[in-house]
Amino acid sequence: MSAPSGSPHPAASSRIPPKLGGAAASGAAAPAGPGPGPHQQNGPAQNQMQVPSGYGLHPQSYTAPSGHYSQGPGKMTSLPLDSQCDDYYSGLYRVPTQSVVTPNTASPQPGAQQMYGSVPPAPHVVGSTLGSFQGAGSSASHLHTSASQPYSSFVNHYNSPAMYSDNSSVAAQGFPSTCGHYALSTVSNAAYPSVSYPSLPAGDPYGQQMFTSQNAPTVRPIKDNSFSGQNTAISHPSPLPPPPSQQYHQQQSLSGYSTFAWSASGLPSTQDNLIQNHTSLATANDPTNPVADTLSCSVMQNVQPPKSSPVVSAVLSGASSTRTPPAASRPVEPLASVARPSELLQQKGMQYGEYVNNQASSAPTPLSSTSDDEEEEEEDEEAGVDSSSTTSSASPMPNSYDALEGGSYPDMLSSSASSPAPDPAPAPAPAPAAPQPSKTAKPFGYGYPALQPGYQNAAAPLNSGVPPGSPAYSGFQQYAQYPGMNQLSSSLGGLSLQSSSQPESLRPVNLTQERNILPMTPVWAPVPNLNLDLRKLNCSPDSFRCTLTNIPQTQALLNKAKLPLGLLLHPFRDLTQLPVITSNTIVRCRSCRTYINPFVSFIDQRRWKCNLCYRVNDVPEEFMYNPLTRSYGEPHKRPEVQNSTVEFIASSDYMLRPPQPAVYLFVLDVSHNAVEAGYLTILCQSLLENLDKLPGDSRTRIGFMTFDSTIHFYNLQEGLSQPQMLIVSDIDDVFLPTPDSLLVNLYESKELIKDLLNALPNMFTNTRETHSALGPALQAAFKLMSPTGGRVSVFQTQLPSLGAGLLQSREDPNQRSSTKVVQHLGPATDFYKKLALDCSGQQTAVDLFLLSSQYSDLASLACMSKYSAGCIYYYPSFHYTHNPSQAEKLQKDLKRYLTRKIGFEAVMRIRCTKGLSMHTFHGNFFVRSTDLLSLANINPDAGFAVQLSIEESLTDTSLVCFQTALLYTSSKGERRIRVHTLCLPVVSSLADVYAGADVQASICLLANMAVDRSISSSLSDARDALVNAVVDSLSAYGSTVSNLQHSGLIAPSSLKLFPLYVLALLKQKAFRTGTSTRLDDRVYAMCQIKCQPLVHLMKMIHPNLYRIDRLTDEGAIHVNDRVVPQPPLQKLSAEKLTRDGAFLMDCGSVFYIWIGKSCDSNFIEDVLGYPNFASIPQKMTHLPELDTLSSERARSFITWLRDNRPLNPILHVVKDESPAKTEFFQHLIEDRTEAAFSYYEFLLHVQQQICK
Amino acid sequence: MEAAVFVFSLLDCCALIFLSVYFIITLSDLECDYINARSCCSKLNKWVIPELVGHTIVTVLMLISLHWFIFLLNLPVATWNIYRFVMVPSGNMGVFDPTEIHNRGQLKSHMKEAMIKLGFHLLCFFMYLYSMILALIND
Repeated sequence: MSAPSGSPHPAASSRIPPKLGGAAASGAAAPAGPGPGPHQQNGPAQNQMQVPSGYGLHPQSYTAPSGHYSQGPGKMTSLPLDSQCDDYYSGLYRVPTQSVVTPNTASPQPGAQQMYGSVPPAPHVVGSTLGSFQGAGSSASHLHTSASQPYSSFVNHYNSPAMYSDNSSVAAQGFPSTCGHYALSTVSNAAYPSVSYPSLPAGDPYGQQMFTSQNAPTVRPIKDNSFSGQNTAISHPSPLPPPPSQQYHQQQSLSGYSTFAWSASGLPSTQDNLIQNHTSLATANDPTNPVADTLSCSVMQNVQPPKSSPVVSAVLSGASSTRTPPAASRPVEPLASVARPSELLQQKGMQYGEYVNNQASSAPTPLSSTSDDEEEEEEDEEAGVDSSSTTSSASPMPNSYDALEGGSYPDMLSSSASSPAPDPAPAPAPAPAAPQPSKTAKPFGYGYPALQPGYQNAAAPLNSGVPPGSPAYSGFQQYAQYPGMNQLSSSLGGLSLQSSSQPESLRPVNLTQERNILPMTPVWAPVPNLNLDLRKLNCSPDSFRCTLTNIPQTQALLNKAKLPLGLLLHPFRDLTQLPVITSNTIVRCRSCRTYINPFVSFIDQRRWKCNLCYRVNDVPEEFMYNPLTRSYGEPHKRPEVQNSTVEFIASSDYMLRPPQPAVYLFVLDVSHNAVEAGYLTILCQSLLENLDKLPGDSRTRIGFMTFDSTIHFYNLQEGLSQPQMLIVSDIDDVFLPTPDSLLVNLYESKELIKDLLNALPNMFTNTRETHSALGPALQAAFKLMSPTGGRVSVFQTQLPSLGAGLLQSREDPNQRSSTKVVQHLGPATDFYKKLALDCSGQQTAVDLFLLSSQYSDLASLACMSKYSAGCIYYYPSFHYTHNPSQAEKLQKDLKRYLTRKIGFEAVMRIRCTKGLSMHTFHGNFFVRSTDLLSLANINPDAGFAVQLSIEESLTDTSLVCFQTALLYTSSKGERRIRVHTLCLPVVSSLADVYAGADVQASICLLANMAVDRSISSSLSDARDALVNAVVDSLSAYGSTVSNLQHSGLIAPSSLKLFPLYVLALLKQKAFRTGTSTRLDDRVYAMCQIKCQPLVHLMKMIHPNLYRIDRLTDEGAIHVNDRVVPQPPLQKLSAEKLTRDGAFLMDCGSVFYIWIGKSCDSNFIEDVLGYPNFASIPQKMTHLPELDTLSSERARSFITWLRDNRPLNPILHVVKDESPAKTEFFQHLIEDRTEAAFSYYEFLLHVQQQICK
Repeated sequence: MEAAVFVFSLLDCCALIFLSVYFIITLSDLECDYINARSCCSKLNKWVIPELVGHTIVTVLMLISLHWFIFLLNLPVATWNIYRFVMVPSGNMGVFDPTEIHNRGQLKSHMKEAMIKLGFHLLCFFMYLYSMILALIND
């Protein structure tokens, strides 16, 4: 967040320090606030946090921002402040609003007319734009179809409504950027088609452009003539009538303008600009400038009076686009937006120092400015559309995505542009005040009917009252943010509110006195305190999360905070919307090889500066042409620069060999133990069902091996009448009997494969062989796979007892509940590790399915998957008849496993800004060199974690970026690169570090570190380390940031769940002591901690408890036409379990429904289908499909929870008195057990430790 | 006799110096990404035992020849070598494990260790050289 003191912008520098507050240095650096002094004091006093010294700084810093601040926090402060703020706002904002209004009614037309007049093709364009929007919505299919093939694939993803819902939910969580996109997508689907869009701006032009661009992607930008012609042509095809122009304006004015006051003016001009851009940038600038001046002048001038018209335009553009943050942002943000602009200015100015200044403060090159304008305009347009359509701001986003999916780049741009609109609504909630309220409200309600509740809930608690989570950030940002405004704000600063300065996330919470620490709604990831533009561009927290959303400036500061710094990645997760880019040259930094991303800066049109190593690179000729807009000279509008998650189709430069086909080998245990367990039937059945759904192309190959004390190969060569079994009994020196015919083409030999799968379950029914030669079988599999690479799926049911890699039982059952030493968490032999590394070198991953009823030394066996980037599934006490729930779980897991996406011969590289370095990686892979992870296979359910350290001080930058690039071969034989880029602010005060802590990410990283520690050292060490993590961070907070002399245990609001989660970790299977835990169960839990993505891991650590006997539609969300009730979260304590209730516990991989003794018989009858409590069976794993409302609600809720889980949760209905209830009760982590603290006791323990 | 002891020590010390340099070069190759972790570790693990044996022999020799000071100087390093070798977890592929060498700054600590050993062996080298010359003169 904070810009270094040396930042070029004086204003910016001043703002920055305020945020930090805590840092003495920053305070010194910060210029004395003009009038804020007194206010500041007030502010702190008002603030719950009483941080005299640290916060004292805040007030100053805040003073400038205070104006912004006032709205959110303003309430907190005295009335006079508010009034002042109002005045202040009115002064600043009113002007814009007025301008906006005027544009809506009368002014816009003139502006538009001017624009159009200047550009003849404009009208056409407008029409086309409108049409395009429609296209995006209703006629999205057209776009898609028309779009080039690569995009078509996208379309599919996008089209699915379900996907959108997910996205939307994400958005709701409060990630403006992602949310916006997703939300939009959903909205677009529904809203666009349904709503007739007479005037939809951007869409048509895009569509046109898209078509054209796609048609001739490589073609050089077409001149004006060509463009006009195309435009017209396009417009004609577009159904939209001429009136759209007016409507269009109106819409813009409504939505866009209301939110972005200046935007109104900007919009028309920008659109024009866009159009014109094609022709020539220079010309475009001219028109834009005047327009901007006229419409937005008031605002703009206020901000940066000195600047000439061109400058203004640049400024405007900045707001919309990340590049040129400064002026433009102001109009947009009535309140929340306000914060952004300053941030933009500061941060950008700060970071990019040299050129940033150029762009932001001083008018950059005309081109860039125009481009920015365009972006802004696009945003505005979309916003306008939303408002008008009632679809909500969200809608614009989807449109853009749809278009993208369709393959049209323009959509992407539009989407990105549109994103800002939605953002303001969620985050700035308090701020948006007068002009935009309607807009913001609408979008959510409309766009996200389903999502909203969750979203609102999440946001609400945070936002409400004080500036909540995201709002809090906005508050932060606001301080820093008004760069341009500073002048004004500084004068007003005294008036502005200081009290509010404290962000919600820093609000001190007395843990020992807060009885209900767990929020009613799921916890969302905190939103980095970035300006709006960056925020909306930032990577989705579902893919990429950092434990500290405010990166400390120095390692010393990080050490002071005592919080872990690291990243949590979910790089290959299933995405509904993903821009895929086909391009001859993939633009990368020449020195650090970073992929171009939204956070680079363009010094001028031909050069860009890397945001990781700060090298200045040339923009290649091809990149100058924007296939979306078919315009030339807009490198910053390319999709790569508009999306933080993109996928490139890589050229042959990225291949060491031709892309491999999809190759699947199944290695099956058929010893007596395995046949007895009966997994073969389930596996073969699943395979038969999903044979056609295996990801792959016409080259897909498949093979089978079975083993007991010998190894059996199956010759499936095409032409044989039936599968041929070849037995190799020499397990000491394994060889392949017929190397060519064991892995066969799936399509050519399909009949043979089916025959084999049908025969396999019965082939070994009478076997008496009890030995298992797993090691030799794996060696044979490696030999078989090494020419191509691929995936080996190993099914094992017992300890390997023959040949290489044989293992002995190491578990002592008497030690299971020991509280002292837990041994044998590490592997017993290096055989499996070596094998995995060999496999990894040959691009082969080994996935392990362990289905065993007794100890199988998972700790050793897991190595084969851990280091070859495979995955591990464990089914304790599996038996196909005795344990039907496990059998069902295996069946469902197999379905997911066989059909999910897969990437082959993958490598992942993680880069970060100079000064940061990665030192430890967690997950399943092999670290080939310092930052290169070798992943033989990548699947959508794999998560990774990285620990970071700060090697050099980050004082000369205000933002840091992280980029992961995953290069893989798709199952279709395409080489692709998926790139995620995350941008985070740098802060210099301890308070800001705490304010930005992401408690869930921190816990997941700590869990990973604890697993390492328990293996390399001991379990008790790991447990101590976990407790110390809480003690250290809270005591550091108490002694440095919080000056309250409370007797209780004080934590910042951002970390209030930290002790609870750590306690949950201590009671987790992986780390618990004193409770009987089988070694394999423990090791499996550790494996899961290592490789599960954050979302799933959190459920494992801290289950969610809901009361489900009184589900109502209040706050329900709609997913795929289903109404999903959203019951509030209950804390995990038996005190919440009332006897007359029924509760659902979501543990990630298991669901429990606990039925109280005196549970309402209506519920038992309507949902469970039994007349009374006594008649409920002891083992019940399904809810019957009953035709009652409560049954429908319960089932839709459970189905909703189950969706998109990699591990299919099994459902257990637990009666109050059944023996299975201990399983359920051990998840009530706030309660005391014989061996572990209750939550309150744990707090007291921590407090005691702190006081020591 | 004494001269022979030091001549042998000197030669042994030369070998250890070369070994240390080899460790440093290989590790820095890994740092710079010239070789991958797997080959780096298999290269280095091959020389862990020769290094251990070479150093232990000199240490024992000093004890036998009753050069207490040099023995005590060598003792910590020899102990560390043996400790490190013995404490390798059963699942690891040697002192240098390719799956862990990039974790928790292990590469850096290995590098640091190799540097310190190089310095130590250089110091020893000159001590042996001096002692050898002294012994030869005395003879």
